[in-house]
Amino acid sequence: MNLSVKIGSLTLKNPVMTASGTFGYGEEYSEFIDLDRLGAIVVKGLSVVPREGNPTPRVVETPSGMLNAIGLQNIGIEAFLRDKLPFLRRFSTPVIANFFGDSVEEYVSAAEQLSGAEGVHALEMNISCPNKQAGWIVFGTDPKAMEQVVRAVRKATTLPLIVKLSPNVTSIGRMAKVAEESGADAVSIMNTITGMVIDVKRRIPVLANCTGGLSGPAIRPIAVRMVWEAYKCISIPIIGMGGIMNAQDALEFLIAGARAVAVGTANFVNPSATVEVIEGIGHYLLDEEIPDINDLIGSLKMVPRMQS
Amino acid sequence: MPRYCNAVVDEHGFVSRHFKLLRLRPLSEMQEPKAGQFYMLQAGATSDPLLKRPFSLFKREDGTLSFLYRIRGKGTQSLARFRQGDSIRVIGPLGNRYPVPQGDFIAVAGGIGIASLLSLLEGYPGRAHLFHGARSAEELVMGEEVKRVAKEVIIATDDGSAGMRGVVTDLLAVRLGMTTEPLLPIYACGPTPMLRELHRVVADKEVRCHVSLEEHMACGVGACLGCVVKTTSGYRRVCKEGPVFDMKELAW
Repeated sequence: MNLSVKIGSLTLKNPVMTASGTFGYGEEYSEFIDLDRLGAIVVKGLSVVPREGNPTPRVVETPSGMLNAIGLQNIGIEAFLRDKLPFLRRFSTPVIANFFGDSVEEYVSAAEQLSGAEGVHALEMNISCPNKQAGWIVFGTDPKAMEQVVRAVRKATTLPLIVKLSPNVTSIGRMAKVAEESGADAVSIMNTITGMVIDVKRRIPVLANCTGGLSGPAIRPIAVRMVWEAYKCISIPIIGMGGIMNAQDALEFLIAGARAVAVGTANFVNPSATVEVIEGIGHYLLDEEIPDINDLIGSLKMVPRMQS
Repeated sequence: MPRYCNAVVDEHGFVSRHFKLLRLRPLSEMQEPKAGQFYMLQAGATSDPLLKRPFSLFKREDGTLSFLYRIRGKGTQSLARFRQGDSIRVIGPLGNRYPVPQGDFIAVAGGIGIASLLSLLEGYPGRAHLFHGARSAEELVMGEEVKRVAKEVIIATDDGSAGMRGVVTDLLAVRLGMTTEPLLPIYACGPTPMLRELHRVVADKEVRCHVSLEEHMACGVGACLGCVVKTTSGYRRVCKEGPVFDMKELAW
């Protein structure tokens, strides 16, 4: 049975990776699971300059989900390469460095710094950040801004480049197409959905940042739909994510057209969720007598429904 | 040693109107906890509530883990419905520990904060001067156990139904003000307003003060960065660098 998939020039031993921001730099979960079993490790988002992050409260639970506004707290690329990457190099699992910036120049220098490092196998751009040089418009919600930043980063790296799309757009298919045409090797679908929770007693937003990103099983049907829509529009691989808690959930994404999947919030609930998803996908392929996972990807059947 | 396992509910009952005691028997061997450490407990049987909830270890005996909690929000309301024989997923022990007290010490507990401090008191019987504050007498749970292990117990309640009427930090301030000898180290756990008041009380004093903080957290293992607290050296994770912090490090 083959579980191996390709994302651009990168070969994964199985299609299950971690979602950025839910797995630290790998160390935190290395005592719970064998990191060698993962398809890839996507690390917490990095920037050239370290970020302190938002004031608290930063997280709040919502029905079957959670809202977070961590504020991209991170140690910076320099400290990551020096203090965190050596640990990850001990494993055979490829490392995908998630990164962001608040200007095109910052994205480019982040990509350049990460590309030169031994042990970084691919880059994932978080484009759900505002551009401080262009009226704080969020790169990932404006096709022009996105095209500009993806093209610039494409020139700055030869590593496989994954663009993590924002769901806070009208047409995910169009944004995926823009990413493809701008030189992305793959897209991640999707980032969190912007949400808000209000404390009615005090009449204040629960999060200090007012709004946050919604994740968890609550958003899964939206994510599956977005993967399915994008799959019809582009030919580069899609990495599907959004509320995957178990293998069944992951399979929905694969059938909808995702070449790989990422497990995010589930890590918080169940530190061995990724490994359970990998095992569950294997069992499904055996049961369904599918020898190669690539035969499952995008195999959604559109059948006419009998009307009674 | 695994820190993630299944546990069976051994016993689960009310100790007073709002407080329950949950005793779990882990199904596999787990690391030995230290006083001050906590566990993440599955709070429900479905995806709602989704996240595990952090609870200080209250007692470790005969291979079981006991947790004392107050039914307050959605998570604890859901947790309270688990019955004897049910299975609960547990991550732990997590976080750092209370530093080992050298000699006598002062413990300041606010409400359910006693759950975290009692394991420290039991480890060093007859050495703690406990300042125990609560809303009312009904909330002074574990009174007998506390008396058994503490050197002295000073009580304050908001409504005056037990001990002095008022806040326990006021009583502590009076005690510290009267003391002419070097001050005993302080260990505190309770609601944030109490700890902030304690911060003010000890601000101008030569005293080591270790506080166990409570924060909303998603993962408990240092990954989500949701439970941070502002310290003099930036944000630190309550679940990883804490929950016990030196009061002087907190940027309050």
